[in-house]
Amino acid sequence: MDATKVELNRQAVVETILSALHDLLQESAAGELPTLDEATRLIGRAAVLDSMGLVTLIVEVEQRLEADYDLVVVLADDRAMSQTRSPFLSVGSLADYVMQLAAEQA
Amino acid sequence: MRDSVVLITGTRKGIGRHLAEHYVQRGAQVVGCSRGAPEWTLANYTHFETDVTDEAAVRKMVAAVGKQFGRLDVLINNAGIASMNHVLLTPAATAERIFATNFHGVFLLCRESAKLMQRRRYGRIVNISTVAAPLRLEGEALYAASKSAVVTFTQILAREVASYGITANVVAPTPIETDLIRGVPPAKIAAIIERLAIKRLGRFEDVANVVDFFVRPESDYITGQVITLGGVG
Repeated sequence: MDATKVELNRQAVVETILSALHDLLQESAAGELPTLDEATRLIGRAAVLDSMGLVTLIVEVEQRLEADYDLVVVLADDRAMSQTRSPFLSVGSLADYVMQLAAEQA
Repeated sequence: MRDSVVLITGTRKGIGRHLAEHYVQRGAQVVGCSRGAPEWTLANYTHFETDVTDEAAVRKMVAAVGKQFGRLDVLINNAGIASMNHVLLTPAATAERIFATNFHGVFLLCRESAKLMQRRRYGRIVNISTVAAPLRLEGEALYAASKSAVVTFTQILAREVASYGITANVVAPTPIETDLIRGVPPAKIAAIIERLAIKRLGRFEDVANVVDFFVRPESDYITGQVITLGGVG
C-alpha cells in the first residue's frame, strides 16, 4: 500500500460515502443541501437521490475506495441485489456492506 | 488520439492487434488483453493476460488502467470466438462458451470501463458485431445471436451512460482474413461476399476507419448506432 494511503475503517468508509454523496448532490441540486449523516436514506420515499443518482453514487464510492484505499470491490454484486434488506438503504448500511466486502478480501 | 488511453480486448492477433498498432501509431497509450501473451511487443502498449469472462480479472485490469493512467478514454470490445455448426449439432457447452466471451465479456468490460470513464464525464465505447447477424448466416446461429445481443446491449447501454458523456456504438465487419474465418470453407466466404453491396473481403483498415469515426471527440452526438461494413443493411 502507498505511504499516502490510510487504513480502511468504518468511519473512513462513512466519510468516503458522505463525501461522494455531498459532491453528487452539490452537482445536481439547486437549493440547500440536506444534512447528511449515517442515517441518510439512499433508497425509498425519504431518499435524497433518485435512481440514477444512486447508480452514480455507488460507482463513485467504488472508485474512491479503489483510489484511496486500494480496495477493488463490486458493490452491486449478486448478494447485495438479492438481500431482503438492501445494503443501499442508507449511508450506514452501505458502509457496513463495504466493511463486509473488505473483510472478505482480507 | 494523442495521449488518449485506449483499452482493446482480444489484441493477441487479428483485428485487435491491428487496432492496437493503429492507435499506438496515432499517439495513444494502448492497453490490450487476451487470454495468452502476444508474440509481439509495441512501445506505449501494455498487455494484460485477462480472460474477459472472468469478472474479478476484468475488474482488476480496469482498476490497473485507472491507477496507471488516471483515466480511460476509449474501450474497443473486439475479443470474440466463433464456431460454425448446425444448431442441431451444437453442444450446449459451445453455446455457453460463445455467449460467455462474445456477450458476457462485452458486458463486463463495458460496465467496469464506464465506471472509470464517468469520473471524467467522457468516454467512447465501440463494440464489434458482425454481418453474420443481419445476413442470417446459416451455421452461425450461436455466433450471430451472441453478436445480436451485443447490438441490443450497446443500444440500451448508450442511453444509460449518455448522461456521463459516454457514447457506445457498434461496428459490424464483413469477413476479414483472420483466424476467425480460417476454418470457413472458401465457397461459404464467396457466398457471403456475393451478398454484400461491395463484393470483397473486409480489411483491417475498414474496421479502423469506422472505429476512428466513433471515437473522435467530435462524435459526442453519435451513440447507440450500428455501422455495418460492405453495404449490408
